[in-house]
Amino acid sequence: MNVNFQEIKEAILVSLGTEAVLGENISLAQPQLIVNKEYLKDICLFLRDDERFFFDQLSCLTGLDNGVPKNTIEVIYHLYSIPFNVSFILKVETDRGDEQHLPEVSSVTDIWRTANWHEREAFDMYGIVFIGHPDLRRILLPTDWEGYPLRKDYKEQEFYHGIKVAY
Amino acid sequence: MSLLDHKFGQGGIVVSQLEDVLNWARLSSLFPMSFGLACCAIEMMQTFTSGYDLDRFGIIPRATPRQSDVMIVAGTVTFKMADRIKRLYEQMPEPRYVISMGSCSNCGGPYWEHGYHVVKGVDRIVPVDIYVPGCPPRPEALIGGFLKLQGKIRQESLVEPKAVERFLTKRTSETAII
Repeated sequence: MNVNFQEIKEAILVSLGTEAVLGENISLAQPQLIVNKEYLKDICLFLRDDERFFFDQLSCLTGLDNGVPKNTIEVIYHLYSIPFNVSFILKVETDRGDEQHLPEVSSVTDIWRTANWHEREAFDMYGIVFIGHPDLRRILLPTDWEGYPLRKDYKEQEFYHGIKVAY
Repeated sequence: MSLLDHKFGQGGIVVSQLEDVLNWARLSSLFPMSFGLACCAIEMMQTFTSGYDLDRFGIIPRATPRQSDVMIVAGTVTFKMADRIKRLYEQMPEPRYVISMGSCSNCGGPYWEHGYHVVKGVDRIVPVDIYVPGCPPRPEALIGGFLKLQGKIRQESLVEPKAVERFLTKRTSETAII
């Protein structure tokens, strides 16, 4: 059995309603489905447990900053179904927020355990807060680091522990 | 040929300067601390193998800073690692030496402009004796660095350096005039 992108999209629309899906991007080599942030967890659970798809593996979870003019930040989920050998890409968009109000997306750690460190990395680099994450702290940078380096408007701090940062 | 490589037929007594003996002893048993940070460490490990044979210089890696004389900073120094390197350096007994190996630890290397996480030269956290250029340097270059360090140790003196001496005499003569 080999399901395609449109079949998966239809199945999501049927089971979770039309508000769940916001759009799609099928011009890419790997088509993406842009979903509603509020429905993210339901969609993920559905895709994992439905016996037609059985997306039992989260291959990758990435953050993406669209910059200040667009003022959006994205999280991209690369799913893979081991029994059916099918890949699928989900995407959620949210506001970039600022230092005081970081963007929030619900965590999928309890659906795929592998999301734990991926979400910590996205938090470390983009400052995306994953609601429901069991242990959300920086994974690569030191705990007392300031700012989120992969944001487009990131400015590195002048000194770290008394060491000048710039060249 | 060093002094002790000759054969002595004079009842085993050698007359030498204390400085020379101390320096000779120090430079003939440089124990580097075995730790590496990035790809330069691969070249460093290669240098320690029998093919390049650092043992012939008396250079044998030690697994603790407390038994080491020289620290080879082999690789990219990140800010997260900087505190640890400083601490390792402070744990080494004096006299201690630092070899900065490769572009990253010399000056930040390819990370000099956009590497927010990289210390732009390990000399910002610990004093460096020898800089070995290269990305990464070949084992021969690291051996060259060790030979340079040996040359530096050979010139060491127990008395104050001449420049300090001159500076001090100049200052005392100036105060005498006043």
